[in-house]
Amino acid sequence: MKKTYLIRNGRVVDPGSGVDGLFNILVASGRIDDVLPPEQEVPQTDEIVDATGCYVLPGLVDLHTHLREPGFEYKETIASGTRAAVNGGFTAVCCMPNTRPINDEPAITRYIQKKADTDGACCVYPIGAITRGQAGESLTEMGGLVEAGCVGFSDDGKPVMSSLIMRRALEYSQIFKVPIISHAEDATLSGRGVMNEGITAVQLGLRGIPNASEDVMVARDIALSELTGGRLHIAHVSTEGSVRLIRDAKKRGVRVTAETCPHYFTLTEKETLGYNTAAKVNPPLRTDRDVQAVREGLADGTFDAIATDHAPHHREEKAAAFDDAPPGISGLETAVGLCLGLVHDGTISLARLVEMMSLNPCRIINIPVRSIQKGAEANLVIVDPATVWTVDPLTFVSRGRNTPFEGRHLKGRPVFTFVSGEAFACQ
Amino acid sequence: MKKDLLGIRELSAEDIQHVLDTASGFKGVLERDIKKVPTLRGKTMVNLFFEPSTRTRMSFELAGKRLSMDVANVSVPSSSVVKGESLLDTIRTMEAYGADIVVIRHASSGVPHLLSGSVAASIVNAGDGFNEHPTQALLDLFTIRQHKGRLEGLTVAIVGDVAHSRVAKSNVYAMGKLGMTIRLIGPPTLIPSGVESLPGVEVYHTMEEGLPGADVVMQLRIQKERQEGGFFPSIHEYADLYILNSRRLAMARPDAIVMHPGPLNRGVEISSDVADGERSVILDQVQNGVAVRMAVLYLLAGGWVSSGTSGQQEELASSA
Repeated sequence: MKKTYLIRNGRVVDPGSGVDGLFNILVASGRIDDVLPPEQEVPQTDEIVDATGCYVLPGLVDLHTHLREPGFEYKETIASGTRAAVNGGFTAVCCMPNTRPINDEPAITRYIQKKADTDGACCVYPIGAITRGQAGESLTEMGGLVEAGCVGFSDDGKPVMSSLIMRRALEYSQIFKVPIISHAEDATLSGRGVMNEGITAVQLGLRGIPNASEDVMVARDIALSELTGGRLHIAHVSTEGSVRLIRDAKKRGVRVTAETCPHYFTLTEKETLGYNTAAKVNPPLRTDRDVQAVREGLADGTFDAIATDHAPHHREEKAAAFDDAPPGISGLETAVGLCLGLVHDGTISLARLVEMMSLNPCRIINIPVRSIQKGAEANLVIVDPATVWTVDPLTFVSRGRNTPFEGRHLKGRPVFTFVSGEAFACQ
Repeated sequence: MKKDLLGIRELSAEDIQHVLDTASGFKGVLERDIKKVPTLRGKTMVNLFFEPSTRTRMSFELAGKRLSMDVANVSVPSSSVVKGESLLDTIRTMEAYGADIVVIRHASSGVPHLLSGSVAASIVNAGDGFNEHPTQALLDLFTIRQHKGRLEGLTVAIVGDVAHSRVAKSNVYAMGKLGMTIRLIGPPTLIPSGVESLPGVEVYHTMEEGLPGADVVMQLRIQKERQEGGFFPSIHEYADLYILNSRRLAMARPDAIVMHPGPLNRGVEISSDVADGERSVILDQVQNGVAVRMAVLYLLAGGWVSSGTSGQQEELASSA
């Protein structure tokens, strides 16, 4: 028998059901038993969570997480990654297929699902590989993968360099009504680049990755989506050019959606100075101009979602030469604090933030929208918007402590995450 | 007080002058019959080279030995490090052996910086990736000063693969700090974009545009594998466009000197008559390299007390 809860006096913001106001929420048997105005009498519950001064939001859904299992359990596991997600306010994550073995066969998808059932702290939605072995040469058996539980396809970490294969993927995936998630990068232009191309790379003596490396692939994939009518989702957008291309494509009615990540609207290439491998990420941190463009894209609706691209790595791997350190940022546990910054500084409204971190991710992968209404499964997060805290990776639940945000002061953090009616206190 | 020499970028103009002045004292030592002083007796230097090198390693080794240091050479192929011992473990091992100074060369930019924070030993960067090769720039400046009597106000043409040259990078920083004009000459594929925003830098794509008025012409070594990278269509065309021959040298100032960090690709970036000609100071660079590296080792081992005191010169002379 699950505990019953009263979440008292929080500001409930759920644009999906058009709610924004102070409410008491009753949780019982894993569901939202009722949503009541504060003046109305409430029954006795096992526990009371005082949400005064807090937001109560639909559970966050991350479109882009690397759980690393199977194969890289020293970086992260399904157990540790989903706990990190819950600690960060997420009630569901989409896990990328670049594990070992790669999630390109139904057996792997089923393994992930089974592990998530036994070890997982939140919902896990696997993303399957577009091509076998993420080699970019032949399509995976998408039918079998969807049947096993995949909700989308991506060769994330690697681009699909062949335009023909990408065309076929955008065509074939329409049978299953699932998105093709593009890691938009021209591998030949990126070459052996490890950071943004420009004067900072010159000064550090590091090989650069130009904006054009992303822009040309975003342009190509939009053209292929127009050609095929396929559902295209562009992952981790980092450049001004991509924002412009996506904005224009949406105006023309192309079926494209897009996500960016907290680091792309917060940090620039300057973070890499001193060979700071915590700031090594792919696509790379860009310039002020790109950060500004990404923020404009968040404000004007060009972006549908904010994803974390949570990419945990082992400490020893990052304690290496910049060239050799793997790219990635452990992002699940800083996302809410960083994204609230957009609300605090007036870039976007709170309702829009909820859309981008919960509702739209659900729509993009065709899963039921998380909502705060009577009868809905109790997947929600209570966020304290006012407390200022300091990012300390040692307190991360994730095994990956690789973050360029260490020491940064953030305003606002999740305090409780409810997953299917069970409450987790966030640290 | 400085612990390490990681790059020219971290040095001030005064620091650079201080090294050059200190090196002048050691050049005197090298001209004696007995080219050795007891200055750093009992100190240990390790040459930790993750990339093959003959010249730089030998130059450091001689510099250490001329100062009576114990010198150990360690060559580690990069591939074996990736698979086995981490860089940090390697450097800690060197320190456990008692190294006071570790001279590092590595194919990846930033490795000396990564390691410097982990050990008390002084780190000297002997070339990291495409980043810096500070002692090469210092010896280049020393050589220019020797021949021109000054540095400020001079115009130096640096010709070739700037994008992949740590020598060029260190020289650009040093010369910019010292009020010199740096003309980078090369194909746009080998000149990094944005470099023209650095102090003192001008960019040219032909020798005809860049050489007139130059006091110094420094040719960079071209790596033949850049051709496969598509940076230029053939070595033949590269040589046509950027070789320094006597006809082109005549476009520079009549007293211009010719430099090259070595090893030379004769007939590719420099013609033999120029390399061996009377305006070539290439072998002076080699000789001066030992004196400059002695100065760097001496300053780091003795504690790099701020700039230009004559006291140090006297101390040097007496220890010799």
